[in-house]
Amino acid sequence: MPYNEPNPAEVRVLSKRFGIPNSQSIDVYLANEGYQAYERAAKMTPDEIVNVVKASGLRGRGGAGFPTGMKWSFLARNSPKPKYIIVNADESEPGTCKDRLLVEFDPHQLIEGIMIAGLAATSNQGYIYIRGEYRYLIDIMNKAIAEAYDRGYLGDNVRGTGWKFHLATHTGAGAYECGEESALLESFEGKRGIPRIRPPFPAVAGAYQSPTILNNVETYAAVPSIFRMGGEEWAKLGSPKNGGTRMFCLSGHVNRPGVYELPMGFPLMRMIEEVGGGIRGGKKLKAVIPGGSSCPVLKAEECNINMDFDSLAAAKSMLGSGGVVVMDETTDIVAVALRIMRFYAHESCGWCIPCREGTTWLRKILLRIYEGHGVASDVDLVGELSKNMLGRTFCPLGDAAAMPTIAFVEKFRHEFEAYIQKQVPAAQPDPLLQLASV
Amino acid sequence: MPDPVKLTIDGRQIEAAPGTLLINAAKAAGIEIPAFCYYDGYSLQAACRMCLVEVEKTPKMPTACTTPVAEGMIVRTDTEQVRRARKMTLEFLLTNHPLDCPVCDKGGECELQDMVFRYGAGGSRFIENKWHVDEKQWSPVVFYDGPRCILCFRCVRVCNEGMGVGALGIVNRGSVSEIAPNEGDHLNCDECGMCIDICPVGALTSGTYRYQSRPWEMDHVGTICTHCSNGCKTTLGVRNGEILRGNNRDRSGINGEFLCIKGRYGFDFYNHPERLQSPLMRVNGTLQPVAWSTALEAVARKFTETKNAGGKFGVIGSTRTTNEENFYLQKFAREGLGTNNIDHHRSGDVVTLLDALSGRANASLATTADLYTSKAVLIIGADLSLEQPFLAFQVRANFRHHAAKVYVVTPEPVREDKYAARSMRAAGDPIWGALDQMRDALANEAELVILFDDSIKGEGVRRLLEFGTALGKPVKYVALVDYANSRGAVDMGLTPDLLPGYHASPQRGLSLDEMINAPDLDVLWVIGANPLSRADLSASSPFLVVQDMFLTETAERADVVLPAASAYEKSGSFTNVCGEVQRLKKGLDVMGTKPDLEIIGLIAKEMGLAATVGPWIADRVFDQIRRTVRGYDVSLPVIATGGAAQTAPVNGRISSTGRPEMIRSVHNDLFASGTLGRYSKILNSVLEKTEGEVEPIEAVHR
Amino acid sequence: MTFSPELEAKIERMFSQYPPDRRRSAVIPMLMYAQDEIGSVTRELVEEVARRTGITPLAVDEVVTYYSMLHRMPLGKSHVQICTNISCMLNGGTELWEQATRRLGIGHKEVSADGKISLEEVECMGACSWAPAIQVNYDFYHQVTPQKLDEMLTQLGAAR
Repeated sequence: MPYNEPNPAEVRVLSKRFGIPNSQSIDVYLANEGYQAYERAAKMTPDEIVNVVKASGLRGRGGAGFPTGMKWSFLARNSPKPKYIIVNADESEPGTCKDRLLVEFDPHQLIEGIMIAGLAATSNQGYIYIRGEYRYLIDIMNKAIAEAYDRGYLGDNVRGTGWKFHLATHTGAGAYECGEESALLESFEGKRGIPRIRPPFPAVAGAYQSPTILNNVETYAAVPSIFRMGGEEWAKLGSPKNGGTRMFCLSGHVNRPGVYELPMGFPLMRMIEEVGGGIRGGKKLKAVIPGGSSCPVLKAEECNINMDFDSLAAAKSMLGSGGVVVMDETTDIVAVALRIMRFYAHESCGWCIPCREGTTWLRKILLRIYEGHGVASDVDLVGELSKNMLGRTFCPLGDAAAMPTIAFVEKFRHEFEAYIQKQVPAAQPDPLLQLASV
Repeated sequence: MPDPVKLTIDGRQIEAAPGTLLINAAKAAGIEIPAFCYYDGYSLQAACRMCLVEVEKTPKMPTACTTPVAEGMIVRTDTEQVRRARKMTLEFLLTNHPLDCPVCDKGGECELQDMVFRYGAGGSRFIENKWHVDEKQWSPVVFYDGPRCILCFRCVRVCNEGMGVGALGIVNRGSVSEIAPNEGDHLNCDECGMCIDICPVGALTSGTYRYQSRPWEMDHVGTICTHCSNGCKTTLGVRNGEILRGNNRDRSGINGEFLCIKGRYGFDFYNHPERLQSPLMRVNGTLQPVAWSTALEAVARKFTETKNAGGKFGVIGSTRTTNEENFYLQKFAREGLGTNNIDHHRSGDVVTLLDALSGRANASLATTADLYTSKAVLIIGADLSLEQPFLAFQVRANFRHHAAKVYVVTPEPVREDKYAARSMRAAGDPIWGALDQMRDALANEAELVILFDDSIKGEGVRRLLEFGTALGKPVKYVALVDYANSRGAVDMGLTPDLLPGYHASPQRGLSLDEMINAPDLDVLWVIGANPLSRADLSASSPFLVVQDMFLTETAERADVVLPAASAYEKSGSFTNVCGEVQRLKKGLDVMGTKPDLEIIGLIAKEMGLAATVGPWIADRVFDQIRRTVRGYDVSLPVIATGGAAQTAPVNGRISSTGRPEMIRSVHNDLFASGTLGRYSKILNSVLEKTEGEVEPIEAVHR
Repeated sequence: MTFSPELEAKIERMFSQYPPDRRRSAVIPMLMYAQDEIGSVTRELVEEVARRTGITPLAVDEVVTYYSMLHRMPLGKSHVQICTNISCMLNGGTELWEQATRRLGIGHKEVSADGKISLEEVECMGACSWAPAIQVNYDFYHQVTPQKLDEMLTQLGAAR
């Protein structure tokens, strides 16, 4: 069973099979419209497949929101090299726990989506890169893959069409940076998860320097429903330019945290109140991180907003990976900012100077403020150092650390100042805890 | 050539070849875009973020080191935004970088210091604790200081890409990332020290130089390495008559950024405790120190007596003395002593190669630069990376940059196998079989350079050139030889049958072996050679005069030993394996010694022959060489300014058998350098280390 | 170095999944599964992985030291990983971490004297909507309360 009760406000397209007993099995999948989308796509040319995806308005569910159909159309299909389909199941953005469910409860939906991408790419090989912590998902996925081989959906001659398509899982080993597509490819090739210089993009030189389609789990998982419903119909599920539904991971101080599939553009306040059951303990809302820890925080009064890529961009935040973290009035923003910066400093790959040194320095300043040793200039310094990282780092991790920090300091400046002016008691350094912050 | 791309940098119209990186296009136009991680010729990193520039219509500032020029591109490198980005990146960099500049070896020649001086902030806002780990010793010659490291990864690339060794890697993640050696806590590598030279800061330091000096206290003397035949420029750091380091300070030599352990550290024989600093004469059976005048008088007296008595002389010259010294020596021997009994230890068949090239179309001698540009290279016999390290570096760079096809025929596996288009194992006669198998592939190449060692000599060389000519493509050749002036020694006529420039000697004298074995030799004069290390002088007991730096097996047996200056203590010129002439620059004097040229001159003077053999001034002798030795009329300005000029090949047949049976290479590896190598502490310490008897050299703080 | 037949079979399958000239792709999976069997990434394992994938031990070290889940020191029989990242922190993850360190008297990446339990404060493990979360080895525990943690630790053999 999924980990939270469904909500009536949900539009369950990707998660429609969640909760059906034995939903991982190919028989249950086949009994519930499974692999019909593949049969449809198998009759299309690669260009036709790409056009259906374009029509759906599907945008990358990993965080950046790049139009998927366009990404697929960039693939260097004429290259003599083999084409690869890579699935990013390295879900590690704090606040995000949706891909896990999509694999756990409907692995065949993912396989079907990968197959359709494979058809579009004229590819014969796919790999699912699963974060190391999700070991049990690898077992689930391997079982589903074995079933698909058994039933002829994978193999040297898929469903007798003559198309060869193989699929395998690949485990990560603990590195947030490997969620970045080029770092993931490096890691997949058995190296440190250091991003690559781009261009060339994966569509031209991805896995093994060959043309590669690389998307998030949810992106692939959305594909079968697009082909069952038709691109245009699927697009209508969401808001303009933001096709379809989205898996939102509601966490933090709400009564009913959970992963909910809601139409793109679903109002945030409704999500908190109606889906999440409101703030726990009757407290007041203070702020929301709308799309995972990289996204600039929204103050309570900014939360009357529709949850789609464009609305959040207009509010100078991001829809990100769908991790909606709700914080009530008791939340200590300084503690939150410090915890997030500790995360980025820990996960910075160390390749480029601004990210490597910037995250570490910011972590040290924020810790100092939190422990009561802040000085008046620190608040501005935190903001400025973040801005000095912004846009100058090798990959988006630097931005991911800078953007929320800038927002915390700008929107909750008084909370930082309160620590510095000793209006709130400083956190007591804990010798055991200290070990973890090095 | 494709049409150049037109772009604008800082308001200036610039043209650059398509594909040129912005950082290089700007540099060519005299506009500096700062960078740490970018290093010409090595893979791109885009890691340091110092080279961010504004490009119109590009929202984020791109890195100039990864952005190729584009038609109509408008670039700004000196805006408020760019200046600010540089300043802030430097501020970030300095957070964890210790400011121990006052004691850091790199202080004064540190790229980080220069960058902060030019682009950085005067103050620091960083008041947190700096990260610290202790310094580590990785080998007798390489130390690593993690906190100083700015993680530009130049060392990793030069070791992996440049040297083909791959002994350095990156460990850990984030701000505690460090460079690590391949054996966990130590290095197993060429010990070339390229990583130290290329380090922009003081993170990698030299075991011999660290904490010895401030860079500005030293004179920086660019001269030529005295070890192998490749002719690398090494810049000696000399302070108060002491050599403190050798490095590649301005990368102005033919070797660019390359130096091996010998060029960088192998100078240290010069102050070995056993260095001879006084002439020695055999008195009552033992060698006793005597005054220079006493020794020279004794030698001159013996030489004169022998000459007047019609006695038999033998003269053995050196492969490490200068062209001037060699020229002067043979002139003295032939015209002063009246003998053609002159020879030297020969390690490659240059004579037959030059003869076989005569009149042959599409065939010539290769330069070291050709090894970097030729579309294909064939290596026969030698373990090039160990024996001819700079030549190997060139070939590797050629493969990396131009995808050159490399063919290898060697008796044992070699480093070149890793990237060779074809590698075969053969020695002796089977070499020809291997070449036959490669013939079709080689014939498909547009051009070829063939390097061969002493496994090909005499008729073999002629056969090889026939093979080359039959390919129907331009082929260039290198006959590999062992030592710094092996090539110059034969060019200057240190042979019994050939005068300087390969003119036939009217009379053929005795060869080296013939001298050693002659029953009636009256005088044997050995200059900078150690023939008795492998031969026995038992057929006769000549009066033995030895000029050397050390009491070698040969010197021990001498009647008079004259302490000679090393190549670092004199001026003159060397000719490298490819026939490139380069100038030595004197770095220091060692008390009690004299350059061989002066010693020979003083003997001549003492014998009253000064007028016959002429002045013993290197420049004057070089003038004479330029005028009289075929091929040596090289451009003086090129030589005088520290450049290299290839001597034109001999034009015409050479009347000599070449005596191939006399050619023996000792195949020195990276850590050996003939007799001289025995007196280098560093070469020996590295050898001991690799044999597992590690005794690290303690850092000397003073 | 020899692995269990199960692991050998797994490794063989792994190699068959990648193109023949891309054995290096198996480096991380091999390290992960071998670590599970051996208990840590030993020197011997590094050299074995290097040998089997045709890269240098240094290149394997570069990888081992990069990834958070690869450990060169042996962990406890039960490796208790407590998330204190944002969603867990908002739901008491930090307090769970403090509770565990106090109860066990060990800190981050330390092992109890009897080798039964090791502790690690970890980053987001993808259980945000069911926070606070703990992973023991590869098993997830959601919505962990202080009482539940106490019971868990007791079950894992922590002294009272």
